[in-house]
Amino acid sequence: MSDWPLLSLIVWLPIAGGAAVLLAGERRANLARWIGLLTALVTFVLSLPLYQLFDRETAQMQFEELSPWVATFNLNYHLGIDGISLPLILLTTFISVLVVLGAWGPIKQKVAQYVAAFLILEGLMVGVFCALDAFLFYVFFEAMLIPMFLIIGVWGGPNRVYATIKFFLYTFLGSVFMLVALVYLYLKADSAAILTLHDVSLSLTEQVWIFLAFLLAFAVKIPMFPVHTWLPDAHVEAPTGGSVILAAIMLKIGGYGFLRFSLPITPDASSTLDWLLITLSLIAVVYIGFVALVQQDMKKLIAYSSISHMGFVTLGLFIAFAIFARAEANAGAAMGFEGAVVQMVSHGFISAALFFCVGVMYDRIHSRQIADYGGVVNTMPWFATFMVLFAMANSGLPGTSGFVGEFMVILASFQANFWFAFLAGMTLILGAAYSLWLVKRVIFGDVGNEKVAGLSDINAREAITLGALAVAVLGVGIWPDPLVDIMHASVENLLTHIAQPKI
Amino acid sequence: MENQLLAIALAPLFGAIVAGLFGRQIGRAGAHWITILAVAVSTVLSLDVLRRFLFEDMEPFNQNVYTWLESGGISFSIGFLVDKLTAVMMSVVTFVSLMVHIYTIGYMKDDPGYQRFFAYISLFTFSMLMLVMANNFLQLFFGWEAVGLVSYLLIGFWYKKPTAIFANLKAFLVNRVGDFGFLLGIAAVLLYFGTLDYQQVFDTAPGLSGATIEIFEGKPWNLMTVVCILLFIGAMGKSAQAPLHVWLPDSMEGPTPISALIHAATMVTAGIFMVARMSPLFELTETALSFVLVIGAITAFFMGLIGIVQNDIKRVVAYSTLSQLGYMTAALGASAYSAAVFHLMTHAFFKALLFLGAGSVIIALHHQQDMRNMGGLRKYMPITWITGIIGTLALIGFPGFSGFYSKDAIISAVSTIDRAGAGFAQWMLVAGVFVTALYSFRLLYLTFHGETRMDEETRSHAHESPWVVTVPLVLLAIPSVGISWWAAEPMLFGDFWGQAIVMEHDSLAHLREIWTGPLGFALHGFVTLPVWLALAGAGLATYIYLFNPGIADRIQGALKPLHTLLDRKYWFDEIYQALFAGGSRLLGKGLWKGGDEALIDGLVVNGSARTVGWLSGVVRWLQTGRLYTYAFAMIIGLIAMLGAFVLWAR
Repeated sequence: MSDWPLLSLIVWLPIAGGAAVLLAGERRANLARWIGLLTALVTFVLSLPLYQLFDRETAQMQFEELSPWVATFNLNYHLGIDGISLPLILLTTFISVLVVLGAWGPIKQKVAQYVAAFLILEGLMVGVFCALDAFLFYVFFEAMLIPMFLIIGVWGGPNRVYATIKFFLYTFLGSVFMLVALVYLYLKADSAAILTLHDVSLSLTEQVWIFLAFLLAFAVKIPMFPVHTWLPDAHVEAPTGGSVILAAIMLKIGGYGFLRFSLPITPDASSTLDWLLITLSLIAVVYIGFVALVQQDMKKLIAYSSISHMGFVTLGLFIAFAIFARAEANAGAAMGFEGAVVQMVSHGFISAALFFCVGVMYDRIHSRQIADYGGVVNTMPWFATFMVLFAMANSGLPGTSGFVGEFMVILASFQANFWFAFLAGMTLILGAAYSLWLVKRVIFGDVGNEKVAGLSDINAREAITLGALAVAVLGVGIWPDPLVDIMHASVENLLTHIAQPKI
Repeated sequence: MENQLLAIALAPLFGAIVAGLFGRQIGRAGAHWITILAVAVSTVLSLDVLRRFLFEDMEPFNQNVYTWLESGGISFSIGFLVDKLTAVMMSVVTFVSLMVHIYTIGYMKDDPGYQRFFAYISLFTFSMLMLVMANNFLQLFFGWEAVGLVSYLLIGFWYKKPTAIFANLKAFLVNRVGDFGFLLGIAAVLLYFGTLDYQQVFDTAPGLSGATIEIFEGKPWNLMTVVCILLFIGAMGKSAQAPLHVWLPDSMEGPTPISALIHAATMVTAGIFMVARMSPLFELTETALSFVLVIGAITAFFMGLIGIVQNDIKRVVAYSTLSQLGYMTAALGASAYSAAVFHLMTHAFFKALLFLGAGSVIIALHHQQDMRNMGGLRKYMPITWITGIIGTLALIGFPGFSGFYSKDAIISAVSTIDRAGAGFAQWMLVAGVFVTALYSFRLLYLTFHGETRMDEETRSHAHESPWVVTVPLVLLAIPSVGISWWAAEPMLFGDFWGQAIVMEHDSLAHLREIWTGPLGFALHGFVTLPVWLALAGAGLATYIYLFNPGIADRIQGALKPLHTLLDRKYWFDEIYQALFAGGSRLLGKGLWKGGDEALIDGLVVNGSARTVGWLSGVVRWLQTGRLYTYAFAMIIGLIAMLGAFVLWAR
């Protein structure tokens, strides 16, 4: 099995499956669903050997595939993964299965196109995580926008046009600057191989400009304050599956971009501008935490909570330079990096779970307003159990995955500066406040109204979805070492690389 | 040994999972049998561990079970440290938990959430055991938050009650404020010690006693002081010390068995246990200990005062718990860790007894909790009454009862120690003894004595509770009386604790000098001030509530402002509600509407969209499509450029 082109399979199988679903046509909706589910499942199963066969001892790219793509410009179809991209790929294939399973739910029209959009999106997202050629990465990065645009635009809510345009313009604006930076780097290095770009020497001025161009692209994606306002709108209008993919995976591409491009290509600029990134991250944690507290719309609340949680990712990455500068700090930089990746994976599970939860309620009552609920536990006890679990995970309860990343990043940021840890630690209070206040208003209490009184508990499909996520959330929370273990070599390598000035 | 410890911790977890997930299949009896058996296994095995420490001189057990996470070369483990301190805690936790499990059969017998309740209290037992058995800060924090979670679930057990789901959210958030400090403390430990393992931290600590940390640039503070105060903030949340005490009285919204188990005997003492466990660190910093001492003393006195004016039977006991936790905290602050843990143990027995007794009264009166509607119950419920008297005497520290020895040790330690704040603390604690006796006997008289004030319907149904309720009462009453006769000497003065507790300052020296055995010490008590104050408090309560029932109202009228102050609980709730809850919401709204919507979206995002729209309008207006307009524009442009060129060229 080790000589199979596993990465290509995982990229192209879903895309081929998507095409097949489209061919199956709209009239045979169930066939489309089954093909879709089967494709997603096979893709997931194919991604598991990646973990099994992965060599933890080396920081080299593994499962590499290299063949000429545009020979004239020396562009290659070049795939490969290290310990940073592997967890994100597994996350993508796992969540995609659950999303396709969701096609049995409320989607009644254009089912085939819906399933196809998600499958194609899955392939493209995996492509982003394993592309080792800068332009191949860019193609995947941009192509990904199209299915997402369609998902929100076609199956979205009433205000979907505003949301899609905002989403598209925001992300597109960012990525245009990234393209400019990539072209500049390509000309400078005469290669588009990302690993070669890591070693290209650049003056500080060059680095700062390139860093800022990347920053625009990735800050919008992740999203960071103040370019985050597209996210709540996009989430509110997106169908459940769209929200899940958006929160669970697409946001991670921003964090991945920092790890793969910004930090290694422009280490000195990253070091010079780390104060900016740290400030914005801490604003995300605190400012957005307060904003999340007062949301009336459940999806908006979770969207804001996502922004706040992603603040930990950027914080974990950019405190590294401050830690390097302190003699007494012990290995906090690695903890910050690994914490950031764990936070990405964990947030993938938890945000997906919370959006599925909102979807479960929305399918029944057709409202996302908190005020329209109350006392859901009376009619949906099993659902309430899951919702409380995921809300607790969202507030970082130990034993759930939500704790691990935050814990690591807070411990690491203390090594950089007491006040970083102080502000980041505010999430302990704010995260619990908005998550559990939501639970109090929606889940607990006496039956709120007649609609709540008529609710029926989750069905088998919903139970499988939420159950799988619960297992993931608890598994990572109780024993995160298998997840973190695969990152060590790559993170060490990356840290050594960025600690060396390029100028 | 490791297997035995694993069994102790995991048996209740197993019971909880079975009762929680398969409650419908196994039924009500199945749920209580499985959880009670599991906790009984834990209890027996825990007592066996204690026995081995006592009679077989077993060495402390310190071993990791598995590596939770390794990152940056630092290993975070799940593991057990079991020494005498742990063994005492494990025995207390499992024993009280077992009593509460049995009691619950009677208390919750008509509740639709029967199985869920058993699942929760077993889960609590597991979490609490993980907390006390931890051998590192990570697992401590795990247990710390896990007991908080179960407390949250249990306070909100009756989720239809608006007050219950308000109280559980409040409890969780206030605890999170404490945990915030706690986590920063743990982060500081990791930074300066390079490990979270207790033993390694304790071994390194003396070498770092002079280290400093700069939280504000240019202001070096003593590292140990900062670390210990941060950790203690966690203890203030969990053990409900002022000003983070506000959640505990509200937690009484939960069913009574958990008030006894979680909010009196075990979880709230986690903070006390933690500081005792960290004694090697706290002993290195006078400043932090003074802070602990003063906070404890304030809580002990002022929370006790509130207890005098409460009418809800459970709230009186809750404020009493706050006050007693204050005593324990003050003992910690006086370096008398052994006295603190000893009081923790005796308090666990007599306070669980009082709570369960209150619960027995509450079910007899069909969930009536207002003492103004009770009275004269001693005729109807003799066992509850007698065990109630025993609990009360233990609480006020009547010579010979368990609480007497532990409380006297605390007061003696605080008056012996030479430390900033000790003089103040001593007065608070001594005065607190009077207050304790006053509210305790008031409760006793209003409930069991005097005339019956409930309505005829309720009175005719009032009767003694079933055996599942009274047997735990009796079993708890026994140690409430006698545990000190056996345990006081070794736990307070001997080298019982070994390495588990470090006491650099021997604040119990004075007590050791006058100690002549339990009986002699009890007799000696009658010539000391605290005992006479306790008797005075009891006497005053007797005078007012037993013989002159009208006088209480007159006193209340005469001391109106004082009564209002206490009745409103010093307005802590109102201030916090307005300042933190209201303030946060206001801030959130402001940032959302002002920052996100007006500034970023309104000005920048939609603003640039409008700008683009406006610009394209201008361009559209310019591009008229008429040739002469373009010609004119070109000519004007040409002239302007020429002019500029001429101007510059000169």
